[in-house]
Amino acid sequence: MTSADAAVRIENVSHHFGEVGDAHHVRALLDTSLDIARGELLCLIGPSGCGKSTLLNVIGGLISPSTGTVHVGATPVRGPLPREIAFVFQENALFPWSTVMENVVLGMMFQGVPRAEREERARKSLHAVGLADFARHYPAQLSGGMRQRAALARALSLETGILLMDEPFGALDEQTRMILGEDLSVLLARTEKTIVFVTHSLGEAVFLADRVAVFSARPGTIKEIIRVDEPHPRRPEFVTTEKFHTLRNKLYTLLHDEIRKAVSETYGLRDRAGALS
Amino acid sequence: MNGSERSQNRIWSRLVQAAFVIGLLTLWYLATAKWGVSHLLLPNPVIVYEQLKDVIGSGEFIPDLRVTLTELAIAFSISSVGGIALGYLLSRSQFLIRVFEPLLAGAYSIPIILFLPLYVLFFGLGPASKIALGTTISFFPIVLNTIAGFGYVDRIYVVAARSMGASDYQLFRWVLLPAALPVILTGLRMGFTVALLSILGSETIASLAGLGHRIVHLAEAMETARMFAYIAFAVAIAAILNVVVTRLEATGRR
Repeated sequence: MTSADAAVRIENVSHHFGEVGDAHHVRALLDTSLDIARGELLCLIGPSGCGKSTLLNVIGGLISPSTGTVHVGATPVRGPLPREIAFVFQENALFPWSTVMENVVLGMMFQGVPRAEREERARKSLHAVGLADFARHYPAQLSGGMRQRAALARALSLETGILLMDEPFGALDEQTRMILGEDLSVLLARTEKTIVFVTHSLGEAVFLADRVAVFSARPGTIKEIIRVDEPHPRRPEFVTTEKFHTLRNKLYTLLHDEIRKAVSETYGLRDRAGALS
Repeated sequence: MNGSERSQNRIWSRLVQAAFVIGLLTLWYLATAKWGVSHLLLPNPVIVYEQLKDVIGSGEFIPDLRVTLTELAIAFSISSVGGIALGYLLSRSQFLIRVFEPLLAGAYSIPIILFLPLYVLFFGLGPASKIALGTTISFFPIVLNTIAGFGYVDRIYVVAARSMGASDYQLFRWVLLPAALPVILTGLRMGFTVALLSILGSETIASLAGLGHRIVHLAEAMETARMFAYIAFAVAIAAILNVVVTRLEATGRR
């Protein structure tokens, strides 16, 4: 892959929280390099606290890495790039004092979309996620799955080339998660977006991704990359195929040792690392 | 079915409330008219009612009410502007919050009414000492709630807004302010209530005019019936103001 193809180029990124020698010092990410192709869906998977969310925040410019660089296209990332990158967070990142419609419109206002276009684009993206009839509801009036659909609509309306999703379905039950995954696959197959998707779920990773980057335990770095050659949108039946299971098992084997290591080494640090990453 | 049951329940509880109040008034009436309780201690409610009509009809209450409400308005304006401004500035830094929130919370728990003699010494018997006391007392709930409102906005909202490109002003107007507003409004309501209480109270202790002053003056002149009429009048004013403020708070929350 040449750098012209890469939507995101990550070079030798390391990150630690706190000062070296300090009791709060955590090495979250160690010398990670990766190119993400234009239009690709990349899943990051790994043990808790392995730095996959940290890497996502570094790509999005929400965290400046201790060392290393990230380029989006030709631009070095030094802070949020609202015109190039949109986020979907784990949960409850919708403003509870605004309706679903207002949430989507506010995002575009922050980004600088002219007033006249905002409503129209908001309607379009709410329709795309199946929330057209819930524009006037407040987040508290929606289920967890619908809230994440609304958060996705807010991100889609920004019409960025890159979408960063930080365990967007992590707080949802298994069935809701499955349906949202299927809908997401259909929705994203129609766009040209480059997507980085952090998840804990092996099945979700195989179902959605073109490539799955498996992280090692902390300090995390990419241990292996698994390719999933299956056209988008993924059919729901994909999960019942031999191919799906082979890939899922391969991921499981790769991850199992790392998760054991992570749990035994960092049990006491987990909460803090979770709050930071 | 369920709805009508609920509204029936509501009617029933209203009836019991009304019966309770009427019962108390009846007891009051019986105590004065039949059981021989001294009129100097507890005047006949009918006479109190006549006095109340006279107080309102003659417009005699106007100068005192004007003094009390002016004191309240000035005290509340100073404490809300000062409390919100200081609270916002302190809330911008976790360090300042750590330093000043416990100090302010500690000061809030002091019975500030004890400063009244000092304030009378500083500012005299006129409205200025009441304004100073009302301002001091209502300042604390307002500044503390403002710090709580602005200082503890969930970080995810700020991060989300920044990731979408929000400017400092946009962050304040569309994220921090709406997140903090309900808590600040509660502080304002609490501040208003304690300002009113402390101003009426301090007028009864040392003053030249105001509703509290009038009530003490009538008590000293043994005009108990007229004093009761003024108490009823002051209670009604306080109730109306509290309803208005609570309504405003509920509207602001929406």
